[in-house]
Amino acid sequence: MKKQFWGFAATVALAAMIAVPASAHRQWMMPSATVLSGDDVWVTVDAAVSNDLFYFEHQPLRLDAVKAWAPDGTEVTIENKSTGRYRSTFDVHLTQKGTYRIASVADMLLGSYDLNGKTERLPRGTTAANLAERVPAGATNVKTAEANNRNEIFVTVGEPTTTLFKPVGKGIELVPVTHPNDLIAGEAATFQFLLDGKPAADLPVTVIPGGIRYRDQLGEQHLQTGADGKVSVTWPEAGMYWLNVITPQPEGMTEGAPPPIAKRASYVTTLEVLAP
Amino acid sequence: MKSPSRTILIGGTLSAALTAPVVAAAAPATMDVTITIPQLKVAEYHRPYVAIWVEKAGTPPKTVAVWYDDDMQKNEGTKWLRDVRQWWRASGRTMKFPANGISGATRAPGAQKISFSRAQLGATAAGEYTLVIEAAREVGGRELLRIPFSWPAKAGAGGRAAGKTELGAVTIAFR
Repeated sequence: MKKQFWGFAATVALAAMIAVPASAHRQWMMPSATVLSGDDVWVTVDAAVSNDLFYFEHQPLRLDAVKAWAPDGTEVTIENKSTGRYRSTFDVHLTQKGTYRIASVADMLLGSYDLNGKTERLPRGTTAANLAERVPAGATNVKTAEANNRNEIFVTVGEPTTTLFKPVGKGIELVPVTHPNDLIAGEAATFQFLLDGKPAADLPVTVIPGGIRYRDQLGEQHLQTGADGKVSVTWPEAGMYWLNVITPQPEGMTEGAPPPIAKRASYVTTLEVLAP
Repeated sequence: MKSPSRTILIGGTLSAALTAPVVAAAAPATMDVTITIPQLKVAEYHRPYVAIWVEKAGTPPKTVAVWYDDDMQKNEGTKWLRDVRQWWRASGRTMKFPANGISGATRAPGAQKISFSRAQLGATAAGEYTLVIEAAREVGGRELLRIPFSWPAKAGAGGRAAGKTELGAVTIAFR
């Protein structure tokens, strides 16, 4: 348990250094509901980065990169944005029937360069677009690697739809076998994960039920995608779950050590499991 | 809302009687359902949303009645339909509301009667069916009951189930 924790902490520390936005600890978005009915439907989303799920006790999730898409693929407005000390919050007006995607996707570059005999890290927030201005004149031996981080949730008005699940082919993406808004305690759900558009074999998948503050055991499930990128999850009880997929980290890294310049990707979603 | 469904009932009975009088005399064409909504002593009481549907292995579930707050401005009562959660998943989420001939207002505590023709039940094929009754109450709980029945049906009592919290006794009979 402890070992796992420090392993995770090390990952977190590295993630912080490579400047995945709101990187430390566990980041999440929490919708007011995922299964909705009605004619004038709104969802309110809390977004934070915290240790315990799902309590806002550390940092708000920055909303700069948060976007939402309607079932027909059109982008919809993020309304009533607010970022407080511990959490951000916003609303989405769900005017169509079907499944919406709300996502914060970060496409960054991590890397290093040599200047005046010293190796320097690329600063936080470096992207392919601003790389040229981030690397000082005279720098040599520039190394970069892509870091893609996707944090997304799904909410459905009426019948679940899958029109929004066409992969973009970058980072880790979820393809429903079981629809993420059709989850019931005791029923197994299957999701397929893609890495850069291809089935992602042998990726570690972590599933943690919310409500950590009021129990002793984390209750996490450590799963792994199969050769086809698929993973099956059984939900022991109804509630909100945090699901995290991350490309495996190199062996032997220690906390505080600089991250290797290697391509990486992570995926986070919050899933609501209803009672039978 | 209520009169069209009655018209359908009478029409169904008449045509059955005219085209096949011998069969009509022997085989029931109507299911009578009595649902007891319990009187609850609670600080804030709202009549429950109730959904009634029919399940048959191998066919999509068929909603036959939904009682909800159908008279609110801007159809706001539909917001809570998803709280009748098994029905919502099985059938409700594919429907539009109000649903003509299916949806109606919530009903008061007491014995509530509703009747369905064989066609309304979607029981045109002979076989085993289940009538499912689910109730969900605002600021209250939720309960679901299942009563199996078969078609062709025999006249008289057809089955019963009893709830413990949000539903009282539910009986079905055929005539």
